[in-house]
Parts: sequence; C-alpha cells; structure tokens
Amino acid sequence: MVATTMAKALNAALADALADDERVLVFGEDVGKLGGVFRITDGLQARFGEKRCFDTPLAEAGIVGFAVGLAMSGLRPVVEMQFDAFAYPAFEQIASHVAKLRNRTRGALSVPMVIRVPYAGGIGGVEHHCDSSEAYYAHTPGLKVVTPATVADAYSLLREAIADPDPVVFLEPKKLYFSSAEADLPAATEPFGRAVVRRPGTDATLVAYGPAVPVALDAAEAAREEGWDLEVVDVRTIVPLDDATITASVRRTGRCVVISEAQGFAGVGAEIAARVQERCFHALHAPVLRVSGLDIPYPAPMLEHTHLPGVDRVLDTVARLQWDDRPDARWLPQGSAA
Amino acid sequence: MTTTPQAVRRASPRIRPPAKKPTKAPAREQAATDPSAALLPHAEPVRLLDPDGTPRPARADYPEPPVEALREMYRRMVVGRRFDAQATALTKQGRLAVYPSSRGQEACQVGAVLAVGHNDWVFPTYRESMALVSRGIDPVEVLTLLRGDWHCGYDPARVRTAPQCTPLATQCVHAAGLAYGEAHQGRDTVALAFIGDGATSEGDFHEGVNFAAVFKAPVVFFVQNNKYAISVPLSRQTAAPSLAYKGVGYGVPSEQVDGNDPVAVLAVLTRAVAHARAGNGPYLVEAHTYRMEPHTNADDATRYRDGAEVDTWRDRDPIARLETYLRTRGALDDAAVAAIAAQAEGYAADLRERMHVQPEVDPLSLFDHVYATPTPQLVEQRELVRAELAAAGEGEG
Repeated sequence: MVATTMAKALNAALADALADDERVLVFGEDVGKLGGVFRITDGLQARFGEKRCFDTPLAEAGIVGFAVGLAMSGLRPVVEMQFDAFAYPAFEQIASHVAKLRNRTRGALSVPMVIRVPYAGGIGGVEHHCDSSEAYYAHTPGLKVVTPATVADAYSLLREAIADPDPVVFLEPKKLYFSSAEADLPAATEPFGRAVVRRPGTDATLVAYGPAVPVALDAAEAAREEGWDLEVVDVRTIVPLDDATITASVRRTGRCVVISEAQGFAGVGAEIAARVQERCFHALHAPVLRVSGLDIPYPAPMLEHTHLPGVDRVLDTVARLQWDDRPDARWLPQGSAA
Repeated sequence: MTTTPQAVRRASPRIRPPAKKPTKAPAREQAATDPSAALLPHAEPVRLLDPDGTPRPARADYPEPPVEALREMYRRMVVGRRFDAQATALTKQGRLAVYPSSRGQEACQVGAVLAVGHNDWVFPTYRESMALVSRGIDPVEVLTLLRGDWHCGYDPARVRTAPQCTPLATQCVHAAGLAYGEAHQGRDTVALAFIGDGATSEGDFHEGVNFAAVFKAPVVFFVQNNKYAISVPLSRQTAAPSLAYKGVGYGVPSEQVDGNDPVAVLAVLTRAVAHARAGNGPYLVEAHTYRMEPHTNADDATRYRDGAEVDTWRDRDPIARLETYLRTRGALDDAAVAAIAAQAEGYAADLRERMHVQPEVDPLSLFDHVYATPTPQLVEQRELVRAELAAAGEGEG
C-alpha cells in the first residue's frame, strides 16, 4: 500500500480507462495540456494523444451536447465541468437529453457518459465555485449520481461510472482532492448501489456522502468522549440509493442523523431521512434528524465555516436524539411547556 | 435549360458578391484580403426556378440536379403534403394531441432528405414529420410522439435519425458530436441538423455551429426560415442581414437559398453535404420559406399575420413550381401527375386506417427504459403500479 491522493486516484482511473477501452474520450475545458485546473487529467493528453484527451471551446452545454452525439456514435465520453456552478449552462442538455434519450427511444438509443463535476466547498473558493448541486441531478430520473469519499472509492467508482451503460454525474468533493490515504490501485470495483459502513457503532447511525463523510467520521470519533458509539454509513451512490444498507444500520442502532454539506431544504439528505423514517419507524427511538448546510447561497470564503456542517453541529444534533425521551424544545408550539 | 457562360454570376459561391457601389478591389482580390468573403452567403438567396416555374439561367456553382432526382423530389413532395394534411385532419378527429404542420415547406423537407444518404444521420425538430416520412420512416412511427403512446416511435439507430427534438436547437450540438464521433472512427457520415429561424437565437445553435467548426465535424446546419417562431417575426430574432450570415463568425461557409424553389434547395444542400463529406467541416444553409399553417393546430395565426401575406406565399408554392418546370422539361405529364396524386391518396388512406386503431399502452413499461437495469426504487414502484392495476382490474370485474 502506498499513500496517494484522491486527485491521483481519479487520474489513474481515467488513464486506466483510456488504456483499456479505445472508445473512451476525455474532454472539457483546460483538460489537455494543463491537465485540468485540479490536475485530474494531468498527463493524459501527452500519453494518449489529442484525439483521446482534448480541450473544447468554453461552453458547457456544448461540451455535454457534443458528448451526447459522441455517445450516439458509439464512443464513451468522459467530460469535465470545471466547477459545480459552471455546469449549469449544461443543465438542459443533461436533464432533457442525457437523462432521457434511453427512455424516449424505448432503449434504442443510450448515451453512456460520465459528467465529472468538482463540487461542494470548504476550499475557500470565491462565489460560483462551491455549490453542492447533487439534488438537481438526483431529482432527474435517468441519471446516476455518484460521489466518492475515499481515495480507493474515487478510483473504483470512476471506473465503474465509465463502464456503466447509463449516464453518470460523478461529483468529486474538491476539498478531498488532496486528501491522502493508503490505497492499492487499481482498487476493486464494486457495483453501483452499495453503501458501505465506514465505521461500526451501536448507538446511532450517521448517514453521509461525499464531503460529509470525513465530517461524520470525525464526529463519531469525538462522540466517544461523550459516551456515544456511532456508526457511519457512506452512501457512495446517491442514485441508485442503497436503502437496504442504510435501513439495516438504522434498525440496529435505532437512531439516525443524515449529514449533507448541501443546503438542507428539499435536498438529498431530506430524501434519505424520509426514506429511513418510512422504513424504520418501529425501530426508531427518535425522529430522524438532519445536519446540513444552511439554506443560503454559498457564502464568501471568510464565512463558509459558519455554513458548513462540522463536528460540533453533528454532535449537537446527536445530543437531541431522544436519549432522555423529552420533546425537542425547539419544535414545541409556542407557549407550551416542555 | 441551357448553360451560358455569361449566366454564371461568379466562379465560386463562397466569394462575396460585388457591392452595388463599385469598390476599389475586384471581388477576387477582396476575397484574398478579407477572410470573411469566402464564408459569406450570396447577397440574394440562390434561385434556379422562378416562382412560376421558369428556369433561371444555369450557374456553374449550383449545377441543376438530374431530372430523375427532381421527379422523385416532386413525388415525395406531393406525398409529403398529403401526409401533412392527413396529420392535421387526425388532430381534428382526436387521434393526435397536436400537429405542427410544415405545409409550404415541402421543398426544404424533401430536399434535405434527398441530399443525404441512408448512412448519414438526420437531426430533426418537431416540425420535420414530413421529412421523416420522406426519409422512409413509417408514418405511424413518426406520429407516435403526437399520438402520445410513447415519445419516439421509430428506432433512431436503425433509421439513422435522432428523435424529433422539441427543446430548441439542442440537437445542433448532438449533430456536431455525432459527426465528429463518426469521423473519429473513420466513417464518412454526414450529420444534417434541421433548425428553425427562432431557434437560431438559442445558445445551443451557436455552440453547435462553433463546436462543429472547431472540430471540423461534417455537419450541415439547415435553417428553415419560415418567418415566424410561433407568433414572433424574424425581426425579433436577429438584426443580421440573413440568418446565413451567422456562419461567418464561426468560420463556417454559408449559403442562403429560396426555400420554395425545390431545384435550388436540392442543389444547395447537395453541395453543402459534399463539402462536409469531403472533410471541409460544417456548412450553414438558410432557406427562405414560409409556414403556411399556424404553428400547430392549437395556434391562431390570424392574431399575428394577415391573410394577404399568406396569399403572397401561396403564389410561391414549391410543388406547383416544380410541377410546371418538370412539365416543361417533358418529365411529367397529366398521367404521371394523376398517378402520383393517387399514390399520395393511398398513402393517406393507409395512414388514416392505421391511426384509427387504438394503440396498446402498457403502464408497466414506464419503468423499462429509465435505466439499462431498473434501480431498486423503480422495481418497488413498478410493483406498486402492478398492484394498483390489479386492484383496478378487480374493481372493474
């Protein structure tokens, strides 16, 4: 095992996919000579040539629409959106064509492709560089939505995404790009739709994905001092969602907190919380709670730590999981006594 | 129709025509110094037949297509118009939810299809139903979208025709990608992307033309300027002298053509397709035509245009124009015209009969093609629907 970063693991996955399958093309803005603004495509053009890894005009709808045509011709495009918010011009192409072509044509056409999106914050980025956009994609049937939280998953999930017969929005938590871990690459590829228990525990389940997973693990570690033994489930693929692993964990622990970095309202965290509530009602000792970013536009760098869910917010929420069976005072009707 | 050297206006169609006021440099020298000159369309739309069917002087840049091709074009235009009328009638009988007619645009609909081969790809919009049946696609499969039993009724991979595109201009980028992908794999496929005048205002039109140009993808962008985007006239779409001028900014050679002149449409598109297939990159063609019917049967065109304008275009009818010319050439007579009309009637009758059969729809098939394999959540929902259907069935029983 050698220490490597998520950025290098993603780069290795792209290189291995390009080497294994000549249909794979990697393109986008600055992905050629520069190797991408985060260097995820570093060295790919030099190794595989300009026909396999190339820069495009600066136009995200064009990049994704071009990928639709390439996929129709039998190729396997892997495109990079430079930042989360810069992918919005491509949203019509993604929602109306990428997601729907298979269904519109009763399976006669399919457009397998990977849309890589560096997403979420925590890097002190200026505005329009830190959005958590997963809910837009997860709300669009026909897309698979994946977000790795570990170095090994970054490799294996990206390989799986490129091999998948359906289009995949691959969300890369940019604050984890340069996180390092011991990993043997190529890491074994697991099928989509498998959540994983990152840390076993008995008192409550923290469900997290992407950039929130390290927060959940840190919180679980800190919770030991409070006397709580917390389990952490990493969702890994938002679509398809692994209800079975999540609910099995919650049935064991009887308590659940869902953590997402994104704004909470109408978000993926809300969906997971609702599903757990529906499926685990009789096993629950407390309502399913959520920890999320605030329902505000992503803040300026000096204020982002107020927005981002951290260990303290998670622990405060765990503390409200009905350990002493009293109603949460915040949600009592005004004027009534606790 | 005879060819006289004097009649050849210019040696190359891609050289800007001389300005009305004499300029210092002759056209050719100007072309050498002004790179846009090689890209701009003719100042006037290319026309090979006058509205009354009289041939214009022959020109070297756009040789007249073979008479057999024109005769076949006439046949398909007549059948296409009859199909279009039948489809409109089917909306009145409640068989189609809606139908966007292309009556009046027969030269464009059929010319585009004749200009490409069966191995080429076509990217149609919702107004191209006539073009699709002219391409040989089963009319019932074409009308599936509007009948409402599914979205796309034909197999796009088999007929090399993308689903009819309702979002505007998005297909332009798909055409660029497909054409580039085909070339990347060593195939000489050309992609023809249909688009209307209004949709040239959409960003994806510009991104599609630009991507095709940068990647030298063999795409013909074919703009049918039928003067209205539902109700909004061309003057609200562009201040450009012609929509074909939009090519120059992207380094794409362009042409404009009289879209109601079948001979010119076929000649110009044939040249554009040859340009693309030869590896010269994309080409942009604007056809000036007119939507004789409202936007769809649900629209009321009298609210935004007057009958006199429509009558003006009635006099420029593309079918009558080609018929007159072919009769002059001795390529068409009363018997042939009657035979083609009968064929069109038979086509419409067959369509009518088949469209009166209520299509079978299967609610459980809603889950079949969302993904290659349904997600666990879709499997659950499928079971829910199956239970709902079973309960409803018992209720009826």
